[in-house]
Amino acid sequence: MPELNTSSLPDLIFTVLFFFMMVTSMRDITPLVDVKTPTGGSEIVKLEKKSLVSHIYIGPPAKQFRAVMGSADRIQLNEVITDQPEAVREFVIAERESMFEKDKPLMKMSLKVDKNSKMKMLQAVKLELRKAKALNIVYSAGQEKPKN
Amino acid sequence: MGKGKRKVPGLNQSSTADISFILLIFFLVTTSMDTDTGLPRRLPEWDPNVEEQELTIKERNVMTVKVNMNNEILVKNGKMNRVIDISELKDIAKEFIANPNDDVNLPAIEPYDIEGYGTVNTTIKHVIALDTDLSANYSVYFKVQHELSLAYTELRDAWARRYLGKPLSECDPKTEEPIARAVYASKISETNPKEYGTEQ
Repeated sequence: MPELNTSSLPDLIFTVLFFFMMVTSMRDITPLVDVKTPTGGSEIVKLEKKSLVSHIYIGPPAKQFRAVMGSADRIQLNEVITDQPEAVREFVIAERESMFEKDKPLMKMSLKVDKNSKMKMLQAVKLELRKAKALNIVYSAGQEKPKN
Repeated sequence: MGKGKRKVPGLNQSSTADISFILLIFFLVTTSMDTDTGLPRRLPEWDPNVEEQELTIKERNVMTVKVNMNNEILVKNGKMNRVIDISELKDIAKEFIANPNDDVNLPAIEPYDIEGYGTVNTTIKHVIALDTDLSANYSVYFKVQHELSLAYTELRDAWARRYLGKPLSECDPKTEEPIARAVYASKISETNPKEYGTEQ
């Protein structure tokens, strides 16, 4: 049986590699809270320019923390988990500092809120965002799958 | 042996495929494909003095959407006051915002100047007050926000089709879209104006 010529295999794999490098992005943080965002219809838009977006996660702590923290809603800011909405203000200031001057007014806060969480934490966070003058928010949500 | 005629031995490349496979798997693991999507909103400015202003709004101009602790949606405007299903909200909101039959119990239609277009008749003074119980579920709140947002978009689209002759999606985002946006300006206000104010 003749040997299969595999000399082009590396090129092939490299092409697949480059494809993945382009369409994906680095996973930014490890989730410490369980968040399943709600889904919506045609009003859901794609967020352009990832560098302008900061994420705030709200939801019950992940399973491994439940024993210590209980299952009440918590806020996750970067790698920190907290139940103090006031921490959001410092987070916004820090995030704003890390941006280019011209991008600062365009900053967007993406609120990734678990769909089964209560409104209390979200309203408190929104109040802090207003105090910190971070007014552009996005209620993070997935696109509803069309019904067939 | 003649100089320059020596053959350069070929590099063994049989492992390049394996190396690139490892790279590929590394990228598959460390990256994520999901693009972030969501419902954009703009929070009202924070003004600690706003509590001193008493807002006087005519009753016909207000629609209250209340989400209570049992996640039921109550709608109250000049025409109705009852618990509704989420699927009804969009049409109720559209009727309230546009007031197509010039109902005296729904918001007054007034001439309103739009820069770069002219005067339009619209219910510029209407307010949708969103009153959410703090122990209500976020998913219900999100659906309410989504349906209200959809109501505005559909009204703007209908307006653009009628007066600009094309759907909203084909309007120029710099010139025509802001006009359609101004005709049916989003006036969703969360009750307790001091704390929550008007979202846009």
